[in-house]
Amino acid sequence: MNNFRRVGRGRVNQNAPVEFTFDGATYQGYEGDTLASALLANGVHLVGRSFKYHRPRGILAAGSDEANALVAFDRGPGRVTPNVRATTLELFDGLTAQSQNNWPSLKFDVTSLNDVFSAFFPAGFYNKTFMWPKSFWDKVYEPVIRATAGLGPAPKAEDPDKYEACYAHCETLIVGAGPAGVAAALAAAKQAGRVILVDEQAEPGGSLLSTPEAMIDGLPAADWLARSLDELEKAENVTLMPRTTAIGYYHDNFLGLAERLTDHLKDGEADGPRERLYRVWAKKIILATGAIERPLVFAGNDRPGVMLASAAQTFLNRYGVAVGERIALVTSHDSGYQAAFDLADANSQIVSIIDCRPQVDENLQAEAEKRGIEVRVGWTVTATAGRHRVSSVTTNKVNGDQVDPKGETLSCDAVIMSGGWTPSVHLWSHSKGSLKWREDLAAYVPDQANENAVCVGACNGDFGLGVALETGANAGGGNDSFEVVEPAPWTGDGALEILPTHRDESRVKAFVDFQNDVTAKDIRLAVREGFKSIEHIKRYTTTGMATDQGKTSNLNGLQIASRALNRPVTQVGLTTFRPPYTPTTFGALAGNNGGAAFDVVRKTSIDGWAEENGAVFEPVALWRRARYFPQKGEDMHKAVARECKATRESLGIFDASTLGKIEVVGPDAAEFMNRMYTNPWTKLGVGRCRYGLMLGEDGYIMDDGVIGRLAEDRFHVTTTTGGAPRVLAHMEDYLQTEWPDLDVWLTSITEQWAVIALNGPNARKLIEPFVEGVDLSPDAFPHMAVRECKVCGVDARLFRVSFSGELGFEINVPAHYGRALWEMLYEAGKQYDITPYGTEVMHVLRAEKGFIIVGQDTDGTVTPYDAGMSWAIGKKKTDFVGMRSLARPDIVAEGRKQLVGLKTSDPKTVLEEGAQIVMTPDQPIPMDMVGHVTSSYWSETLGCSVALALVANGHALKGETIYVPMPDKMIKAEIVETIFYDKQGERLNVI
Amino acid sequence: MMMIECPICNEKRPELEFRYAGEAHIARPENPSALSDDEWAKYLFIRNNPRGTHFERWVHAHGCAKFFNAVRDTVSDKFVMTYKCGEQRPSPETIAERSS
Ligand SMILES: [Zn+2]
Repeated sequence: MNNFRRVGRGRVNQNAPVEFTFDGATYQGYEGDTLASALLANGVHLVGRSFKYHRPRGILAAGSDEANALVAFDRGPGRVTPNVRATTLELFDGLTAQSQNNWPSLKFDVTSLNDVFSAFFPAGFYNKTFMWPKSFWDKVYEPVIRATAGLGPAPKAEDPDKYEACYAHCETLIVGAGPAGVAAALAAAKQAGRVILVDEQAEPGGSLLSTPEAMIDGLPAADWLARSLDELEKAENVTLMPRTTAIGYYHDNFLGLAERLTDHLKDGEADGPRERLYRVWAKKIILATGAIERPLVFAGNDRPGVMLASAAQTFLNRYGVAVGERIALVTSHDSGYQAAFDLADANSQIVSIIDCRPQVDENLQAEAEKRGIEVRVGWTVTATAGRHRVSSVTTNKVNGDQVDPKGETLSCDAVIMSGGWTPSVHLWSHSKGSLKWREDLAAYVPDQANENAVCVGACNGDFGLGVALETGANAGGGNDSFEVVEPAPWTGDGALEILPTHRDESRVKAFVDFQNDVTAKDIRLAVREGFKSIEHIKRYTTTGMATDQGKTSNLNGLQIASRALNRPVTQVGLTTFRPPYTPTTFGALAGNNGGAAFDVVRKTSIDGWAEENGAVFEPVALWRRARYFPQKGEDMHKAVARECKATRESLGIFDASTLGKIEVVGPDAAEFMNRMYTNPWTKLGVGRCRYGLMLGEDGYIMDDGVIGRLAEDRFHVTTTTGGAPRVLAHMEDYLQTEWPDLDVWLTSITEQWAVIALNGPNARKLIEPFVEGVDLSPDAFPHMAVRECKVCGVDARLFRVSFSGELGFEINVPAHYGRALWEMLYEAGKQYDITPYGTEVMHVLRAEKGFIIVGQDTDGTVTPYDAGMSWAIGKKKTDFVGMRSLARPDIVAEGRKQLVGLKTSDPKTVLEEGAQIVMTPDQPIPMDMVGHVTSSYWSETLGCSVALALVANGHALKGETIYVPMPDKMIKAEIVETIFYDKQGERLNVI
Repeated sequence: MMMIECPICNEKRPELEFRYAGEAHIARPENPSALSDDEWAKYLFIRNNPRGTHFERWVHAHGCAKFFNAVRDTVSDKFVMTYKCGEQRPSPETIAERSS
């Protein structure tokens, strides 16, 4: 196969080769590989280009902490996932992936010129450069930045995969199936209660998978693991979930778990959802999330072939891949030695161990000597070389504070580094558990819990196999002890993030954040420019702000800032960890809520008829409503004109079922209505209706609707379609909390009644034969009357109301009779050329009459005075919700925007809703905007456009000319009354 | 997700069922017209924003639909207790006892 695979080593199945494609070239790997391990086995280190400088980058880590090796995982149209870490992508036969962020090719990237000109890309570069000139932003900077500095492009095709969401509950949730997590699960399994053990990797085991020399209770680590997992599989109260990432830890022990089900399968093998998002409530959480090794910061530490020592160890022991044949170890931590020893034992040459510390454990040195490895104690690295892969490392002796400028250059094909370990406290921090600084580890570790949670093992700063197993078992409720043989000590004393150099530090590119291309000098520059808090330094330099959220870089950045500021780390602050722990697909978050299930669609009982009769629908709040009913060849304009004309001339039928409806019942109902609405209700007779206006306590219009009094103690309240829940909640609030003494009951009846509105001069003639027990003559049943009666033999509430200005009736029948009644009326109405109309015509007809739509002609800052509706306020009332606010200084002040009508000079011009209004046409830009158009329609009836607008001091400006500036023209219009049609309201009185 | 104890249903239910409804114990004045502009503005707009104990209203919107009061610690974002509308504001001693 090739030189880098070590036969017989690792857990991959070396009898099961698989083919895969990277950047168009075909390679071979084994079942059990990740894309990263398989590429390394083939000697491929160069896998991407960096974010800002487009520098060649390789593989840094072996797990989800990978910062460099982001690839596009390509499963065909709609199935391209960008920014996937090659180290977590499981290999399967036929896998296809591409490198990202390179143009025109990975090996020759034009934009890597950014690297040559990097002096022009310092910290805060974006903030500094792209501020000026403003006009350059859209056309020059933004597209260029997007093209050259992006991560992988998001796929454009629709995602054909399915995703699921579900809930789970357990007594103990354990995150991380390394030694600590497995020990915790074994102990918890013996207690009563459900246990869930999750691990982000395909195979549970964590560090046990890459430390074959370790022994637990007389068994090799891998055998102990296999035995333990078998025990857990068999335990009835344990659910083991591999390939599952705990993405976030929220209040009250609620966690999000993203389970990946099909990404590792060959094409065609997948059956069922791609991912499943679990929302889990657990009584107790055990975090066994381990630790992440820290890179060292030195010049050229980002070259392909430079990687974490623990990653090299994992590639060797778990995947059977040596990351190089001639390897240099650069370390400031003991744990790096074992990686070097393992590689040496697997026939790679360790060219040198460069230990930056002045003193090193003698046993370690002896172990190295035994293997013939030279150890340089108190040496540093000042440079690396190699274009697409590291080819040498330059090392210099450190004497006290001085770096010997005469370095030695060692030829190598890989550099492994170890700068100590950072406990993975991400989830702990999500839960608002506090952290404390441990100087010996140079890391933050968990302190006080905020939830019922405990951290065990490395994520708690307790390093070493024995302590991980014991604290894990303890947390799981056991008190087992383990006999452990561990090959290497885990001391982290003297962790050091940045290596000393004799070179001018302001000219050295020593990377801290690989993914966002932030160097040590960027952080120092930020400090020199006055940034003191890590939160600010982070945002200015962008360190830790990439998709890996600084897993490998945060603590290095923090310590460099601390040194530059000459302040202890604890005074520099710590950035906040936020969910998700690793990037999560939108699909997983959306779950089943895609397509038709994206949101609730409410349909009236008449909706089916509208659909069968070709209605065009529009969403109104959660409802779908018929907007218009086009006949053959008609566009919206023609259909609306026809529907308007037919309604005004003869008869229109409209489904008004979506109107919000609330029944207000009880001995104190009238008093309650008095307090909730601006209008007076006490004297409204039974069988009569009134237009009601509802304000917020701030005095602004909140809702409106016609309200009928069915009995002394019973009101049938209607609200706007979208406002019903809000109005009910508002009423309940006052009733429950301010006036619990009022004897009133509120009931939502929106869905109980279907409402059919009939408008037009023939409306009465149509319904008369169907109505039982009500004299519909104008005197007996005048405008704004309501009766309970029977229509077509069905219990009904019949209103004589009009939102169109025509003679109008609204028939409420129990919802399930809605369609039957509609069809009967429609059949009978054919003699009057009955015409179904939709919301568009409803809007036109009401605008012609100057009736407002709350939320369209008002915007939450419009008072009844502003809307010209002082008439709706009960003059003798001493209080109602919002009344006191109507006397506030701002509300009675001059200059408020008031509702007016607009008549365009050219009657054919229809204004655009939302367009701004100015008083004079030839002002310099920005013009003095005095208001905006709120409603605007073509009126077929009047042969001209009609519009409503809010204009400063508008009521006093009747007859004045205003202007509406549009991109291509200036439209002239006159301020007029809000009523355009039938000003006397005579059409209501058709006999 | 926070679990909130509805004092009417006497059940701990997920936050999704509830809606926040502003600061508690701010009674609407008996006779708003008698208030000066400043007094009315204070009632209308001025709210506490403490670091620590906050008295606030919630409504069990997808449950019993009742408003109730709660004591929440704005630092830990934990509910100390909930109680019915109309009940006295809990004393600092009660809150301290419930917090521990
Ligand atoms: Zn409740």
